[in-house]
Amino acid sequence: MRPFVYEQPTDISTAVAIASRFATDDDQPTRANAQFIAGGTNLADYMKLGVAEPNHLLDLNQLKEAALRQIQVTDGGIRFGALVRMGEAADHAEVNRRYPVIADSLRLAASGQIRNMASLAGNVLQRTRCEYFRETSWQCNKRVPGSGCAAMDGFNRQHAVLGVSDACIATYHGDFAQALIALDAVVHAEGGHGARKIPFAKLHRQPRDTPHVETDLAAEEIITAIEVPAIPWARRSLYLKIRDRESYAFALASAAVALDLDGETVREARIALGGVATVPWRAGAAEEALQGKKLDEASAGAAADAAFAGAHPRQHNAFKIELGKRTLVRALLETRDMKV
Amino acid sequence: MDAAAPRPKENQGEPLPRVDARLKVTGQAHYPADLPTANLAYGALATSRIAKGRVTKLRLDDARAVPGLLDIVTYGDMDKVDKPKFGNSGATSIGPLHDRTIFHDGQIIALAVAETFEAAEEAAQLIRAEYEEEKPTASFDSPGTKTVAAAGKSPMFKEDVKAGDFDAAFAAAAVKIDQRYSTPTQHHNPIELFSTTAYWQGDQLVVHEPSQNVTGWKVELARQLKMDPANVRIVSPFIGGAFGSKGPMTPRTAIVAVAAKRLGRPVRCVTSRMQAFGTQTYRAETRHRIRIGAGKDGRITAFAHEGWEVTSRPDLYVVGGTSATGRMYGYGSVLTHVSLVQADRNTPGYMRSPPETPYVYALENAMDEMAVALGMDPVEFRRINEPKTEPIGKKPFSSRSLIQCYDQAAAAFGWAKRDPKVGAMRDGDWLVGMGCATAIYPSAVAPCAARVRLTSDGEVRVQCGSHEIGTGIRTVAGQMASERLGVAIDKISVEMGDSGLPPAPVSGGSISTASVCSAVLKACDAIRSKLFAAATAEGSPLAGSHNEEFDLADGKIVAKSGASAKVEDVMKIMQVGAIEEYAEFAPKGATPEALKKLYAGTPEFHGGEQDEDSVKYAFGAEFVEVRINRYTREIRVPRIVGAFAAGRIMNTRTARSQLMGGMIWGIGQALHEATEVDRRYARYVNRDLQDYLVPVNADIKDLQVILVPEVDHAVNPAGVKGLGELGNVGTAAAVASAVYHATGKRIRDLPIRIEQLLA
Repeated sequence: MRPFVYEQPTDISTAVAIASRFATDDDQPTRANAQFIAGGTNLADYMKLGVAEPNHLLDLNQLKEAALRQIQVTDGGIRFGALVRMGEAADHAEVNRRYPVIADSLRLAASGQIRNMASLAGNVLQRTRCEYFRETSWQCNKRVPGSGCAAMDGFNRQHAVLGVSDACIATYHGDFAQALIALDAVVHAEGGHGARKIPFAKLHRQPRDTPHVETDLAAEEIITAIEVPAIPWARRSLYLKIRDRESYAFALASAAVALDLDGETVREARIALGGVATVPWRAGAAEEALQGKKLDEASAGAAADAAFAGAHPRQHNAFKIELGKRTLVRALLETRDMKV
Repeated sequence: MDAAAPRPKENQGEPLPRVDARLKVTGQAHYPADLPTANLAYGALATSRIAKGRVTKLRLDDARAVPGLLDIVTYGDMDKVDKPKFGNSGATSIGPLHDRTIFHDGQIIALAVAETFEAAEEAAQLIRAEYEEEKPTASFDSPGTKTVAAAGKSPMFKEDVKAGDFDAAFAAAAVKIDQRYSTPTQHHNPIELFSTTAYWQGDQLVVHEPSQNVTGWKVELARQLKMDPANVRIVSPFIGGAFGSKGPMTPRTAIVAVAAKRLGRPVRCVTSRMQAFGTQTYRAETRHRIRIGAGKDGRITAFAHEGWEVTSRPDLYVVGGTSATGRMYGYGSVLTHVSLVQADRNTPGYMRSPPETPYVYALENAMDEMAVALGMDPVEFRRINEPKTEPIGKKPFSSRSLIQCYDQAAAAFGWAKRDPKVGAMRDGDWLVGMGCATAIYPSAVAPCAARVRLTSDGEVRVQCGSHEIGTGIRTVAGQMASERLGVAIDKISVEMGDSGLPPAPVSGGSISTASVCSAVLKACDAIRSKLFAAATAEGSPLAGSHNEEFDLADGKIVAKSGASAKVEDVMKIMQVGAIEEYAEFAPKGATPEALKKLYAGTPEFHGGEQDEDSVKYAFGAEFVEVRINRYTREIRVPRIVGAFAAGRIMNTRTARSQLMGGMIWGIGQALHEATEVDRRYARYVNRDLQDYLVPVNADIKDLQVILVPEVDHAVNPAGVKGLGELGNVGTAAAVASAVYHATGKRIRDLPIRIEQLLA
């Protein structure tokens, strides 16, 4: 393991200031000399593996701003402090009552131990677990820009079929982000240019020809909160995660669904898909396909077809298209049948 | 009694808690890399990123510049040491630092040694190799494989068994199947990582390393280092999971020993989980073709099993499970053939029930297909083909309780409630399927030595160079001494896992309980004889009762008539403070060199199908329920029941635990486990527990183990059939059968995954 400097800034502006000192214009945040760490469940792992090589580690756990650790329920919705742990949010009564899809997405992620450590902001920013990214002896455009992609024609069963490019097919594995993008969440960030709000859907960037550029954040920017608007009908929502084993595995396919129903007719649908895309994936075409329709197996199937219309499979992951569709159909029908 | 401690039935021992349970759950059990060692230096391996070619240049400057770096052991530094040998004690013949040739992905190219673990890791990561790369051969179907017949390539696999005229019988059979099956690459992934700690005391070398074979390693390491084995000691008091992976020594051990010698201080090298995939052994992928022909009455008239197994270029590792599958049922005729397919891979090795896991999977999946083809209940199909003698040598079974296992497991499972029609059972959106399969494992035994001491205070020490790999061998060896010496278990200490102790065979092949308990029994009986002789001598308390039968109980010698004498008093008369006996057990049929070979670390195995008088196997039957979602097709196993008969059960708690662990592993083999090989580069891709899936607690719901009573005096003096490798045999086939029952899809390639059920 490489030596590094470890610092514990005690307020957000200091953290931003320290990070700014190491940020250079041409370096992307994932490759910046200074990295933020909160739960450490992803970054520490990648530092041990030589995938991440920061010289400075800024531990955010001592930041004194209380709101960072709070879940605030307001008329406008719910606001998650960035340092709230996944486990806390998953167990929060109002989160469970108002947004079952959020609670499900957290509860079905990782393991109990990891959920107790991992922060919500860190979870959202987790990096791909692509096997070829994780191990430095392989070619990887995300890890070493321009070096090639070993996954493209390699063992790519876990890889994405949506939002892919010729440079990268690595899956975004997070679950929580699917709930957030479906519910039109907003990210609050503070950086060298002050505070700003970023629609969650704009936070992550598709790989295109720069897969190492993963988010809209600047190197010194810190997520301070995630805000989810009030959506009364989001009580009819769930997160369905399909995987090889019952727990502690990434989704092969998942669906975050919230439905506003008039009887069996869809007033509005919110759909996001996990395990199948390079970034958190809002399935707008599927939502539109359902609007004003009676929700049944046929209309759900048509929506699923629309969701995967632009899918690009590789050798080992073609099944994800069929699985992703079935996952969405099942999630839609189960959401329709929820007692709320 | 609770589920974890089943009430003993006939010929079953008490479910005593493990003697080391408290040490383990309180963190006081010292595994080899935990043993306190002063002035340690730390080693980290650098490994190749190619599978075939040559290292043309190693750039070490960056690594040498790491603060705290002490040494780098690499090419040239092992020249005065002999290359490893492939065999029971050696994982491979590849001497990775003897030769710049790269034979496989992840081959050791250097060992960096530093003052701290972190510095060693950093230096190892900074070692840069330049290669002359060649296109490697990954596996079956890759260009460049070489296929050779397996028979005779290993002392454990002498021939392709056969009986009768298969071709004629198969041609004439009224009902037949001809199918192909496959199993994937698997790595053991014990939770305790692989490690070597080595230090020198003058000419004496001490190695702390998790090992299933301390005697074999002592001899093999001494050979490599050109030393007298008496000067080498292997210490391995606890092993945190082995499953065969810690059976043969790997080249790392000698490299770390050389590093310790160069530095003149102890060196510890803990291999990362990723590196273990290339530097240790594994279960190679296998393929099978099975043909079964039967009459309309269900009697099998023809059985053929062909197997193909991947091995490395330099070493011909054979599993050869046809020896067991060819004897499983009362086939009319048998034809088998096993082939080895050489590729640019590391050498495979033993992994829990090495031959039976893949071969019995193929057989039992085929048996279920055959039952379907016959329109018969799969349990009845097995009942009809239950043999009186094994079909190859026509020898009797020393005992065979397979049908009892089927009947008891079927009753507990509720097999009678199964609707045999495919896809007929449902629970809401979940398709329900039920399947069953046979488990079999050869009951072998090997020579073993043990030393037992009984003091006048009634304390007992048992010493045996066997290995506590988690099976509970310390506990059952203590129980044997407790029973024979009439001493409570808490007065008994059991020392194992040190090559300085009386030698025991490798803890593999499920031989340990039988072999160790037979040696302990012999030592205890020698102590009894001395005590009984002294007690009945002239002037002693029981003088004159020579013709009586005696026993030891509660510190007393008790005659059948009821007369008794305290052991303490008899020892006073003998003028001794303790009686210590060193016993060497040799199984029936052992050669005159059997014990010499034990000390040389190359013990003979007896039993299984090798004896003249009978064949010896333990059997079981497993029943599985699966649930498959009708939309998304994920497969879950809510229930599994296994019934097993394995002669004398020394301890129902540890036996159940072994079988339960095996069944869970079997579920993993069916649904989860696979090492993925990138076929372009012959490299392993999913080298960690994130992507190498095994069942988690949430996957295991209702699991029941039934211990079927069985008495077998022919297997060995202890009457014990090993069961450590029985529980995971057949499980995957039972799952495959249940998946077929639920969906109508016959999956023949493991693991069974969602994508195979979506179409």
